[in-house]
Amino acid sequence: MSGSATLSREQLLPSWHGWSTMLSISVADRLAHRGDFFVGTLFRFLPIVTQIFLWTAVFSAAGSGLIAGYSRNDFVAYYLLTMMARSFSSMPGLAGGIARSVRDGSVKKYLVQPVDYVGFLMAARVAHKLVYFAIAAAPFSLMFFLCRDFFPPLPEATTIAAFLATLVMSFLLGFFLEATLGMLGFWVLEVSSLIFVYMLAQYLLSGHMFPLDMLDSIELTQAGFTLGDLVQLMPFQYTAYFPCAVWLGKIEGQELAYGLLVEAIWVVVAAAACRIAFLRGTRRYSAYGG
Amino acid sequence: MIRYLQIFGTFVAASLVRDMTFRLNFILECVTGLGWMAMNLAFYLLVFSYTPEIGAGSGWTKPPFFVFLGTGLIINAIVQAFFMPSAEEFAEMVRTGGLDTTLVKPVDAQFLLSMHRVKFSAFANGLVGVALVAWGVSKLDPAPTTAAWLLYPLLLACGVAILYGFIVMLAAATILMGRNQSLYDFWFYITNFSRYPAEIYTGPWGGPLRMVCTFVLPILLVVNVPAHTLALPIRTADVRLIIAAVVAAAVMLGLSRLTFQAAISKYRSASS
Repeated sequence: MSGSATLSREQLLPSWHGWSTMLSISVADRLAHRGDFFVGTLFRFLPIVTQIFLWTAVFSAAGSGLIAGYSRNDFVAYYLLTMMARSFSSMPGLAGGIARSVRDGSVKKYLVQPVDYVGFLMAARVAHKLVYFAIAAAPFSLMFFLCRDFFPPLPEATTIAAFLATLVMSFLLGFFLEATLGMLGFWVLEVSSLIFVYMLAQYLLSGHMFPLDMLDSIELTQAGFTLGDLVQLMPFQYTAYFPCAVWLGKIEGQELAYGLLVEAIWVVVAAAACRIAFLRGTRRYSAYGG
Repeated sequence: MIRYLQIFGTFVAASLVRDMTFRLNFILECVTGLGWMAMNLAFYLLVFSYTPEIGAGSGWTKPPFFVFLGTGLIINAIVQAFFMPSAEEFAEMVRTGGLDTTLVKPVDAQFLLSMHRVKFSAFANGLVGVALVAWGVSKLDPAPTTAAWLLYPLLLACGVAILYGFIVMLAAATILMGRNQSLYDFWFYITNFSRYPAEIYTGPWGGPLRMVCTFVLPILLVVNVPAHTLALPIRTADVRLIIAAVVAAAVMLGLSRLTFQAAISKYRSASS
């Protein structure tokens, strides 16, 4: 069976009714596990406690009020903001799920039905995030309220707008990057090792572990090109570091506008890569039997 | 006792055969573990490029801190290799009723359920831990005393025993609560507090937290006491913590035994 030949434009771009149906199905599915969601979210804040103590200890011995331009309070605020950014950009199980559906053949139902697979996955993720934020709003608000003294004064409205734009784009970028990775399942049977490499790169290079500015002290060339410069050429920073740095006022003015533009370009590139991988993948995909 | 050692030897052999049957998977698991570990190591190297010490006056400069990290890796490798795989299977056994066949076997149920599977790939990180401890110790000035070297393996064993107690109690909770899908999550969050030197927990919140994590949930004794004993000079206060670690290990083993037996007595088969 070859799927792509049967897909019309309408199937690739489903109607609003199709989108809302896919969304409501996914919301219902997610709400079935709301208890797990709530408890899981609360526990996820525990490592922040150790981070506060760790960075307090580091600063007490560092002899400087600033590390890579960040104060101790900035570090704590950064980690809290990272949790928020990652809650937008992380896509647990997406790549593995796509690869599994290719491997076990369940992807074929999306090829013969008038449903766009990427669209369905996107609707499912939007639903996942909507339910997640509806339930996680309480623990998030509590933690941000308790830690309010670590944050600088509220930024200007334009910075807040830019921050929100980076979060939305970080969701899209995270989705398309992982979906593209999952689509590789059309070519290779087992993508788990690729997912592992991606997760490792993502964790280290996105700024999830530490502000990427800390890498600016490591020079790679005599011309002053640093490890930080190299990492900032990659798309990963937009899934954690960039939104946090925007809120904390580390990226402003022209640099901020340029960053938003580059992030938007990365989203378009990742979306195109995902769509091409899906179309080419379904062209070579074959399945037999019921 | 000899009979149990023989049975455990059989488990080890069977697990080795199983791991070596799926060699690529074994190598991938080793690489995965080493990858995460290397990333953490890189993070701490980066931190030490900005500060000479973790906590002013704490003594945790780079060499002692790497002894701390290595000690943590060794203890976690032992736990992940010998106890965690069995505990992870336990939840599924309760859910499916597979526990029934285990309970009717003529061996101790806790022994069988907590030690029947060995994950050899976990030793990869343990070996790196040994290398880190060796590197850290070679840079220590003054070098560890003979007493510290003699106490170190005993305190490592105490750390493993405390974590084993936690695992068994979490597994027992599976029976009492009817669910334990997030056993590994709980484990991550509990052990998260033991990843750093106890000296970082200071101030109006840190002091009480340190007390709770030392004497109520003795998670801070697991890595801190053996690492501190080997890497930093032993003072009077440290002797008290060494005694506390030994007592905590005994208490956790006893308490986990009681909890497990209480949970088993409440077990109602899920099979037909």
